[in-house]
Amino acid sequence: MEKWHDNRAWFLVLPVFLMVAISAIIPLMTVVNYSVQDIFGPGQRVFVGIEWFREVLGDSRLHDALIRQLIFSGLVLLIEIPLGVAIALAMPARGWGVSVSLVLLALPLLIPWNVIGTIWIIFMRPDIGLLGVLINGLGIPFDHPTAPLDAWVTVVLMEVWHWTPLVALLAYAGLRAIPDAYFQAARIDGASAWATFRYIQLPKMRGVLVIAVLLRFMDSFLIYAEPFVLTGGGPGNSTTFLSIYLVKLAVGQFDLGPAAAFSIIYFLIVLLFSFVFYQALQRIGTGDKPGDRR
Amino acid sequence: MRIRKSTVGLIVYLIVVMLPIYWMLNMSLRSNADITGFFALYPTRPTLDNYIKIFTDESWYSGYINSIIYVSMNMTMSLLVALPAAYAFSRFRFLGDKHMFFWLLTNRMAPPAVFLLPFFQLYSTFGLIDTHFAVALAHTLFNVPLAVWILEGFMSGVPREIDETAYIDGYSFPRFFITVFLPLIRAGIGVTAFFTFMFSWVELLFARTLTTTAAKPIAAVMTRTVSASGLDWGLLAAAGVLTIVPGALVIWFVRNHMAKGFALGRV
Repeated sequence: MEKWHDNRAWFLVLPVFLMVAISAIIPLMTVVNYSVQDIFGPGQRVFVGIEWFREVLGDSRLHDALIRQLIFSGLVLLIEIPLGVAIALAMPARGWGVSVSLVLLALPLLIPWNVIGTIWIIFMRPDIGLLGVLINGLGIPFDHPTAPLDAWVTVVLMEVWHWTPLVALLAYAGLRAIPDAYFQAARIDGASAWATFRYIQLPKMRGVLVIAVLLRFMDSFLIYAEPFVLTGGGPGNSTTFLSIYLVKLAVGQFDLGPAAAFSIIYFLIVLLFSFVFYQALQRIGTGDKPGDRR
Repeated sequence: MRIRKSTVGLIVYLIVVMLPIYWMLNMSLRSNADITGFFALYPTRPTLDNYIKIFTDESWYSGYINSIIYVSMNMTMSLLVALPAAYAFSRFRFLGDKHMFFWLLTNRMAPPAVFLLPFFQLYSTFGLIDTHFAVALAHTLFNVPLAVWILEGFMSGVPREIDETAYIDGYSFPRFFITVFLPLIRAGIGVTAFFTFMFSWVELLFARTLTTTAAKPIAAVMTRTVSASGLDWGLLAAAGVLTIVPGALVIWFVRNHMAKGFALGRV
């Protein structure tokens, strides 16, 4: 099915373009402007060229934060995507179970992010929190405010709890769109459950999985509120992810120039990874030729 | 046998998901001294004080009203501009279409903190600070790309023969789009509405920066529970429970559409 060539389609896209451009391009210009100047106060600024970029790129604390961020996002994707798909596969196709599981799944998504962090503080308290008491009851020494590994477990657990439902909801909607004829054919051929998943469900879910992987990657890479509220980036710097470090730099030390340079580098990293994911996932498991988008 | 095993897994998972939410509900029904004083699996001295405070104190309940207003505005604006754009992406090849599609996504990729200062200056210039419209407009930054993305997937699932037949039958584009095409992608509109609602509802950074009092969102009001005497956990938990309600209603209305699924052709 070839698409129609028609440049007048631009008129349909124009409102979106204008709306997003106003919100995106002016801040972008401001940030680029800040990133090449040293700002002492209103009207007092000096052009410094790429000095901030050099400083930020050589900042070892930023390197550490970047490595933590990559491990965090990698872990989150490795857990959430398979788990979300498994949940979607386990969900019923019809009946009252659909409504119940859809509504229950959506609940964690609807709590404001700062509240999630606050609730988890209590939830994990070894004296008065449900999970904290449970873990202590099992005899496992667990102390997320002081032990870095425990803090990591807590933050990852909270993230998985919060966002796996998003993957599950998307995957479920994708699954329901597969026509029954495919499953009938698979049954006639005597395909195993694994073969059905591998050759029918997974390829058909590719579209939604691209959305899920990219959304989860971008949002986990930019995560701020939940870990900041829960651990404040600590103990030490063990859960200081990129955006927590960025805010420390911009607000704490009021270094707008380096913070702006940092933001641009940050954005470029996300852009690069997203582009690679986007390109790779377009083709995975289909045998499509490069450039063939169907 | 296999089906039963996966159902058990699903039920176990859903119970685990509910644990933190149950804990929030539990906290919301206890007084602050009670929560910090001792561990209790269920409220031993249940009280509705936290909820009464929220429903009687105007600074609290107006937060909910403000949030609902700007979230609805954002949902409407996002859908209205995203629908024609998604149609263009799903049906036409035009100059720079693929670049445009990816560029839209890049707007979700910058750290939100980057936008705060420029947004504040921009909206101040137009006198929009502390209006619902300002927050709704700011949230289109991440919601419009998402809406275009999801809707395009649904639209690509609709065979193009339907468009062609309608045009041959003499339908004008607007008439075809509204009376024929939109009903076909009802499911997609429902799902998109839920996602735009959700992301706008939980966003705090923009909403807090662009408002002071008249349009202050509930998530920002909630940060006030921190006072000199520490955090009022019970009140915060009650407010948290109430933030779930509007979204739960939205997903209840779109649940049947969700179950019908969406046929993603491209993406």
